[in-house]
Amino acid sequence: MAGLYAVALWAQGRPATSEEMKRRDLTVFADGRGLPVGKGSAVQGQGIYKAQCAVCHNDRGEGREKQYPALVGGIGSLATDKPKKSVGSYWPYATTVWDYINRSMPFDHPRSLSVDEAYAVTAFVLHLNGIVGESQELNEKTLPLVEMPNRNGFVPDQRPDIKAKR
Amino acid sequence: MKKAQNRRSFLALGAATAASCTKPVATSESGAHMRVYGERSPHETSARVIRELTASLGTGSSRTPLHEIYGTITPSALHYERHHSGVPAIDSATHELLLHGLVDKPIVLTMADIKRFPAFSRTYFLECGGNSVGDQQGTPMPTVQGSHGLLSCAEWTGVKLSLVLQGVGLQPEAKWMIAEGADAGRMARSVPIEKVLDDALLVYGQNGEALRPEQGYPLRLLLPGWEGNTSVKWLHRLHFAAEAAMSAKETANYTELGKDGKAQIFTFVMEARSVITRPSGGMKLPPGGGLHEITGFAWTGKGRIARVEVSTNGGATWADAEMQSPVLSLALVRFRFPWQWDGKEAVIQARCTDETGYLQPTHEELVAVRGRFSGYHYNAVRPWRVAVDGAVTVA
Repeated sequence: MAGLYAVALWAQGRPATSEEMKRRDLTVFADGRGLPVGKGSAVQGQGIYKAQCAVCHNDRGEGREKQYPALVGGIGSLATDKPKKSVGSYWPYATTVWDYINRSMPFDHPRSLSVDEAYAVTAFVLHLNGIVGESQELNEKTLPLVEMPNRNGFVPDQRPDIKAKR
Repeated sequence: MKKAQNRRSFLALGAATAASCTKPVATSESGAHMRVYGERSPHETSARVIRELTASLGTGSSRTPLHEIYGTITPSALHYERHHSGVPAIDSATHELLLHGLVDKPIVLTMADIKRFPAFSRTYFLECGGNSVGDQQGTPMPTVQGSHGLLSCAEWTGVKLSLVLQGVGLQPEAKWMIAEGADAGRMARSVPIEKVLDDALLVYGQNGEALRPEQGYPLRLLLPGWEGNTSVKWLHRLHFAAEAAMSAKETANYTELGKDGKAQIFTFVMEARSVITRPSGGMKLPPGGGLHEITGFAWTGKGRIARVEVSTNGGATWADAEMQSPVLSLALVRFRFPWQWDGKEAVIQARCTDETGYLQPTHEELVAVRGRFSGYHYNAVRPWRVAVDGAVTVA
C-alpha cells in the first residue's frame, strides 16, 4: 500500500498542447529567450506612453505620489542616504522592463498593448533614463543587449548577516 | 392597511393565548434562526485595516488585527492580504494549472485532478516580506496591527508539489520553477528547485474550507517559511527552467538595498521574530499597576522557535516566557508571561531564539548592518512603552 504513495498514480491531467503552451507562456528571460519578434523606438513609444502610462507615472516618468512609482531618476543614488529606486537606477535587466510592461501594464487593462507597442514603450522609458537613443530601435535581438546602469548591483542572500548580542 | 391590522390582531391573539396552546408561538427569547454558513456575533468587531494603493480598488494590503487574535490560528476572514493587481474572480470548475518547460511531459491539471492526489495539511505562518518596513525606516506605525499585521497563520491543505512532479518527468537541467498567478498582472516569482522538491505545496484549502478568493482561490503555491510574495496566489502556470526569470517582483521589488548600494536578491527565508501583541501600542491599561498577562507571537522560517524571553525593564533583564504547546515548526507560537506591573513607566519587549541558535536582533543591531532602506525582512525586537497612566505606545 505504501508503494502507491511513491508513484504518480493519482492523476496525470491531460497533455499540454504546444498551441496552449505558446499562448500562455509569458516568461521572458534575461538573455532574451521568450521575447516575441517585434520592434519599437522611443519616438514611436512617446504617444503610447502619454495615452496609456502618464496618468499614473506622470509625463516624463516622474511618478505621482508614493504609490505610482517613478520610472526615472536616482541613477548613482543607491549608496547614498537618499536612495531612489527607479527603472533607470535599480532594474538590472531591460528584458524585465519589457516583460513587466507586457504582462502587467497598463495597470487597468494589462496585456492590451501589441508586441510592437510594448517594445516602443520600453524604448521610451529607457530613453527617459538616458539609456537608449530617441530613435534607437529595440527588438527581440537588441533589447537583451541593452546594459542597465545597475546591472551588477545585486548580490546573493547574505544572511544571517546580523549577530545579535545576548 | 386592513390586512396589516388583521395580522397584528392575529399576533396579539397568539401572544395572549400562547400559554394555553399546545403548540407555542415562537418568541424572541427562543433564539435566532440557524444559518447555513455561520457569521460571528454582531457584538464582535475585530477587523483588518485596508490600505488601497491604486485608484482601482483591490490592490494594496490589509493587516491582521494581531492584538485581537486568540491562540495561533488566524481566522480566514482576518488573514492579511497583499495584492499587486486586485483579486481576480475565478471559477474552480474551469481553472487549470499548466506545468511546462524542462519536463518530459508537459501537462494541464484541473482542480479535480489536483484533488485526486493525497491531501496534506499543515499549519504554517505566512508573512509579507515587506512587513514593518516603516519600523526600519524609523517611522513605525503606532499599533501592532499597523507595524506587524502583514502576518497570519493558518492550516493549509493541498498537495505536495514533489508528488505531482513525479508525473511530469522533471529534467535535471530544471533548477528553477517560475510560478505565475492568474491575477490581472500575471504576477510571477522564480523558486529554486530545491525548495520545490522539499516542502512546496499546491494549496486549495485554508482552515478547513476552500481558500478565500483573497488567498488565491482556487489554488495557490505555498512555500513554508518564505516571504509571502513567493507563495503565488491564483496559481495557473508553473514553468520549469534552468534560470530564474528575473521578473519585476524579484528584481525591482523584494530585493534588499544595502548601505553600500548593493542589493541582495533572492532573499526568501523569514528569519526569527517575535512581538508582544498585548499590551501593545494604542491600548490602555488601568493605571496603578497590577497583574497583567503579556502575550504575543514568535515565529521563524527556519523551523522551530526554541525560546522566547520577555523584558519589562527596557532590556536590562530578561526572563523566559511560556510557549504554548505544541510548538509547531514554521508556525506562529503563542507565548505568555505574567507581569506584575508596579504602576511606574515601563518598557516591555520580547525576543526569540530559533532552533538554529539565531537570536532576534534589536533595531539598532539590524540597522547597523542593513541600514534603513533594505525594505524587506525587518525582524527586530519591538519595544512598547507603558506610561504611568497606562497608555501603551511605541518605545
